[in-house]
Amino acid sequence: MSTTRDTSTKTATTGLSVAPTPTSASEAPTPTSAPATGASGGTAGAAPGAAPAGSAADLALHLQRLGDDALVLGQRLCQWITRAPTLDEDLALSNIALDLVGHARTLLTRAGRLDGTGRTEDDFAYGRPDREFTNTLLTELPNGDFATTVARQLAYTHYAVLYYEQLTHCPDTELAAFGARAAKEVAFHRLHADRWTVTLGRGTEESARRMRHGLERVWPYTGELFEEDEVLRRLSASGTVPSPAPLRETWLHRVTGVLTEAGLAVPAPTWSARGGRSGLHIEEFGPLVAELQSVRRQFPGGTW
Amino acid sequence: MSGAREGAPASWEVFLRVRRGLAHQHVGSVRAADPDAALAAARDLYTRRGEPMSLWVVRSDAVHTAAPDERDPYFAAARHKPYRYPEHFAPLTEKGPEGEHDA
Amino acid sequence: MTAPPAVSAVSEDGPSAHFDAFVAAGGTVEPRDWMPDGYRRMLVRQIAQHAHSEIIGMQPEGAWLTRAPSLHRKSVLIAKVQDEAGHGLYLYSAAETLGVDRADLLDALHRGQQRASATFNHPALTWADTGAIAWLTDGAAVINQAPLCRTSYGPYARAMRRVCQEEAFHVRQGYDLMRALCEGTPEQKEMAQDAVNRWWLPAVALMFGPPDTAQGGADARTAAPGAAVSRRARAWGIKHHTNDELRQRFVDSCVPQAERIGLTLPDPAIRWNEERGHYDFTPVDWDTYRRALGDDTHWARQRIAHRRAAHEDGAWVREAAAAYAARSDETEGRTG
Repeated sequence: MSTTRDTSTKTATTGLSVAPTPTSASEAPTPTSAPATGASGGTAGAAPGAAPAGSAADLALHLQRLGDDALVLGQRLCQWITRAPTLDEDLALSNIALDLVGHARTLLTRAGRLDGTGRTEDDFAYGRPDREFTNTLLTELPNGDFATTVARQLAYTHYAVLYYEQLTHCPDTELAAFGARAAKEVAFHRLHADRWTVTLGRGTEESARRMRHGLERVWPYTGELFEEDEVLRRLSASGTVPSPAPLRETWLHRVTGVLTEAGLAVPAPTWSARGGRSGLHIEEFGPLVAELQSVRRQFPGGTW
Repeated sequence: MSGAREGAPASWEVFLRVRRGLAHQHVGSVRAADPDAALAAARDLYTRRGEPMSLWVVRSDAVHTAAPDERDPYFAAARHKPYRYPEHFAPLTEKGPEGEHDA
Repeated sequence: MTAPPAVSAVSEDGPSAHFDAFVAAGGTVEPRDWMPDGYRRMLVRQIAQHAHSEIIGMQPEGAWLTRAPSLHRKSVLIAKVQDEAGHGLYLYSAAETLGVDRADLLDALHRGQQRASATFNHPALTWADTGAIAWLTDGAAVINQAPLCRTSYGPYARAMRRVCQEEAFHVRQGYDLMRALCEGTPEQKEMAQDAVNRWWLPAVALMFGPPDTAQGGADARTAAPGAAVSRRARAWGIKHHTNDELRQRFVDSCVPQAERIGLTLPDPAIRWNEERGHYDFTPVDWDTYRRALGDDTHWARQRIAHRRAAHEDGAWVREAAAAYAARSDETEGRTG
């Protein structure tokens, strides 16, 4: 990860121009922080040969990444509950968090079955140190104000709808069924994000200013959602799951549409964050994981 | 002074069709600034369980009804027309209503 | 339906006597019916306090959402806290049919002019507290609220039917959570017992209100006003039972539940009374009640401060939503 806090980031906002952020498609598979646990294959790139096992390990890692995204974003949204701008919004954000935790549970459970470790959803959520979480940095960004949360929701939900819709075409029927269910749920989260983006963008001067700031805050972190590494290249080449990389254009087109309606510009950040997929997180992530796991760690051998 | 009041400016009546075959039924109200927000709030509030079919929201101030003191002029007459009901008349058979048709 | 005569018809004794007869006969009062001011005030006060309690009650459990020790428990807790927000909103919606407005009620809560149940003036210190709260305080709420499904005011009764249906899940999941802890390690069980020790009194004392019968512990001096309010509420069909009747019902249901999972309710006076057919317990007299209140504590203040902070931090969002809606109305040529 090149940068952590981006408070000093120069973010050129140039009308509606498309962000020229370089994608990281040319990056080498991330070797730095292999999940050390069990037979999950460790580094994604290090599974030559052994085709079935290798591709199962690849798929497991991919699902773990998606699951971590959902889990960590759900955890962030939980932090809003009882603190939202209205009671209705407490309800709306908790609904979204609930769906996200549900997605995480399905994805992590499946990952544990695929990678041969037999790890449960809770083993993934509570048994890994923060360096082994593979969520994108976007999902772990601190909530900031409501506008920043809406901006993050806008970016994530548009991506997630597109990607989960793609999953419905997977040959793996279980995964396809998950994609269909999750796409419907995230589509409602996207409506929520769209509505608030437009409301805040066209509300008051203050809300528009905060919305612009929120977008600038989160936009450098959106590229990582579409990153394609060796794992994804192998998975998409074999037709196992699609890569998110080709969806980026449609995503940009759609969020541009919403932002235009909101009277806001698409930020054009001069840099793009990455690192989450390989366990290099922002400093605020440690406390998030510590909090998530605190009770469970306090009672070794406990049953819940 | 704490800025905008809690609960958006407008009240909306919420009607829910809980399943196929039933009419929309009034279930309560929500507060929201605009119709889309009202619909979303109604969804989150009134459809957390089951698989509801459809939701309507109608601005509360758009519901038109008779004033309380107009209730009698509107409705009192209905009470005095027993001949609108089948029980007002003799059954068609000896067995009473059960003997009539299948219904 | 064999409904009593319409409420609006004025009897010879005046509208109030007629109204009293109407509700005494089991009549349901609807929003635009004539109603005595006292009835309206009592309802607004009770519904608002109930709604506030749901909203404030989100806090002690809400604080554990990020720490729930399994993803299943996390999902359950999110769903539960969400229901509490929902219950608050059903109830504010019912109160609004009486001509008050959610914003005014919440302002009154924020300014300390209206109160939430003092039950939540107590802290949720461990994970087991989320279970104890759900099992004991929601369990108390179910017993307290079940009769309200038949309360005389239609919108309140309808809201309560919705609330009660959903609340039953809260109690069961709380009990299930406690059972899991009791079947776990000794440390887990200890945590469960500690939580029950701290939440028993708030549940048994505060969820049912002050003593309102002499047997329940109301003394001659204090019984009069409390019992009078309670009697009035029952005459109007707003309540159907005394606080102490419902409290007894609660104790009777909890004792065997606690025994089954090996927890001890922290009241040495609890024992089965064959003669009465009920469990005896330490009466919740006024001193006990006052001690349980927890007013003027850190937590009583903290609950309101937390709510007020959320409200104030969100002011700019609500302003934006109002401004956006006003602008959309203009462009659509809407009036009023």
